[in-house]
Amino acid sequence: MKILVAIKQVPLRDSPLHANAAGKWIDDGGLSFEVNEPDAYALEAGLQLKEQHGGEVVVLCAGPERAGQTIREALAKGADRAIHIAADNLEALDTLGSAKLLAAAAETEKADLILTGLQSDDVGAGQTGVVMAELLGMPHSTIIMHAEVKAGGIRVKRELENGWFQHIEMPLPAVLTIQSGSSKLRYATLMGIKKAKTKEVRRLTPAELGGLPAAVASIEKIYTPRKNKQTQIFEGDAKTAAAQLIEKLKFEARVI
Amino acid sequence: MSVLAVLEQSGGQWHRTSWETLAASQQLAAALGQPVEAAVIGTGIHVLAAEASARKLAKVWAIEHDLLDVYTADGYTAALEQLLRKAQPSLVLFPHTYQVRDFAPKLATRFSQVLVSDVIAARSDGGALTLVRQYFQGKLNGDVKVTGDGPVFASLQAGAWRADALENGPTAATVETFVPELSAAQIRQKPEPPFREAARAVDLTQAGIIVSVGRGIKEQANIAVVEDLARALGAELAASRPICDAGWLPMERQVGSSGQTVAPKMYVAVGISGAIQHLVGMKGAKTIVAINKDPNAPIFEVADYGIVGDLFEVVPALAEAARKAKG
Ligand SMILES: Cc1cc2nc3c(=O)[nH]c(=O)nc-3n(C[C@H](O)[C@H](O)[C@H](O)COP(=O)(O)OP(=O)(O)OC[C@H]3O[C@@H](n4cnc5c(N)ncnc54)[C@H](O)[C@@H]3O)c2cc1C
Ligand SMILES: Nc1ncnc2c1ncn2[C@@H]1O[C@H](COP(=O)(O)O)[C@@H](O)[C@H]1O
Repeated sequence: MKILVAIKQVPLRDSPLHANAAGKWIDDGGLSFEVNEPDAYALEAGLQLKEQHGGEVVVLCAGPERAGQTIREALAKGADRAIHIAADNLEALDTLGSAKLLAAAAETEKADLILTGLQSDDVGAGQTGVVMAELLGMPHSTIIMHAEVKAGGIRVKRELENGWFQHIEMPLPAVLTIQSGSSKLRYATLMGIKKAKTKEVRRLTPAELGGLPAAVASIEKIYTPRKNKQTQIFEGDAKTAAAQLIEKLKFEARVI
Repeated sequence: MSVLAVLEQSGGQWHRTSWETLAASQQLAAALGQPVEAAVIGTGIHVLAAEASARKLAKVWAIEHDLLDVYTADGYTAALEQLLRKAQPSLVLFPHTYQVRDFAPKLATRFSQVLVSDVIAARSDGGALTLVRQYFQGKLNGDVKVTGDGPVFASLQAGAWRADALENGPTAATVETFVPELSAAQIRQKPEPPFREAARAVDLTQAGIIVSVGRGIKEQANIAVVEDLARALGAELAASRPICDAGWLPMERQVGSSGQTVAPKMYVAVGISGAIQHLVGMKGAKTIVAINKDPNAPIFEVADYGIVGDLFEVVPALAEAARKAKG
């Protein structure tokens, strides 16, 4: 079974974020990066399916040079090889554009299963996998907690709202978008880290994939939201602030 | 040209955010000088369609087919694609539900368009539409412009528009039944009935005070710090999703779109950033307190009171002050 896992490199959680000079994306100079959280779960799901059914896990990532680090980490955890669509300024693309690049690269692999995260921490569109499925003519399902390969297809557990779930079956090849927390993540072993250095990373450029698609949706301006709510903030050292807050809760809000 | 609101129902029950989407459609249609239409999808939905037709709009499309009785991405996409080619709206609005996330991106792709998802505001400058959505889990906003042929597709964040702004019409609008061409073979997903996991032992909805812990707590062992504050306040302990995912607290204590929705007298968010999926589960609390080291954390957007600081200093101090105050 050949499993393709799309992973994205995003700024480290809790990074300080500021708009860049053009005001259309963040200034990413000086930031550190990590794998998008749900994508780590997508990789884990892929590795587990490979352990059960054999085959191969191929990591697919579009991003600048620095994304190579995140790709190596995925290889160290057990992915067999990777495809790196190397390009700067991918944020100028819209979801359709980046899904087109990813789908064009996926097309060359003829995978049985494509896994993505359910949502990226930076763009947060929550739709790249669904758009890839449509472009590739594959069935899909989203917000997946568990997947089980069955004769003629796959049976997934999909999260619904308010604590409900549902099982869905569909034929393969298919695209699934994986939810965080669906299983325990593994760590890279020392051996894995060593092996990763020798694993194949195939590099592709947007030009080799039909060129950079023009955007139909673009960010005009990115900015820190203006606060609408008046929050009473208590300053000073922890003790003073805590005492003031408790007093307000007791005498103003009357909740203590 | 029209603004089309795609309303969501399952088993004859409206999704509550459907009315927010219709209210938004009325407001944007007025700004764009276009009529509002609404679509309802399913089997035997004439009662729902009639209910929708009491609102102020030009037309309700009842998309009827036996194969649309239960939701599938393939079925809904095919049916709506056919309706959109007929109705030719300029703007299609959806509530940003889990179901919409599952099919609307596919539908937009059929029109070489992008779904602008989880939109929190929209404005029209002389007919040119600007859609505002969140980036980086609510830490930044972005103004988005859509070009290209075909309708603009957007899904709206829960709570961003108010359902009580919905206007009723002077008379009931026309309901037009639309029967799409669908075949069973074209629907590849085979859904089974929804289910819940084991019954919840903890009912957070009954709690008067909730102290909720997020990833700022760093390690499972540190949860004791927050537990102590909960004890001092006589509160129930709850958590954001990553805490429950990690198994540090049981799932039944999770608050948010995939956990419980609570509305206590007071909700204290400790080391929680305030992603929308968390906020939807707790913003109905009467008094909201946030403790976070990041002054720009989105949780402060809903908080009445806040302390910007290190929770490991603030929380023990709060517990002590609370014990004193209670005597
Ligand atoms: C479909 C879907 C459904 C989801 N459902 C839910 C749901 O039901 N419930 C839910 O909660 N989430 C849900 N999520 C996840 C949600 O998007 C967020 O990822 C999650 O809520 C973040 O949790 P957090 O705030 O604890 O962690 P983070 O976002 O990592 O925030 C941690 C916060 O702690 C602060 N902090 C760090 N150290 C300290 C310190 N020493 N002192 C003080 N503050 C500190 C940081 O400044 C930061 O603001 C869902 C996501 C999706 C896509
Ligand atoms: N540049 C990229 N490279 C690889 N995968 C991506 C990229 N962008 C998005 N994805 C995948 O698509 C998922 C959803 O992203 P989004 O639609 O932006 O929320 C992510 O979790 C990734 O798995």
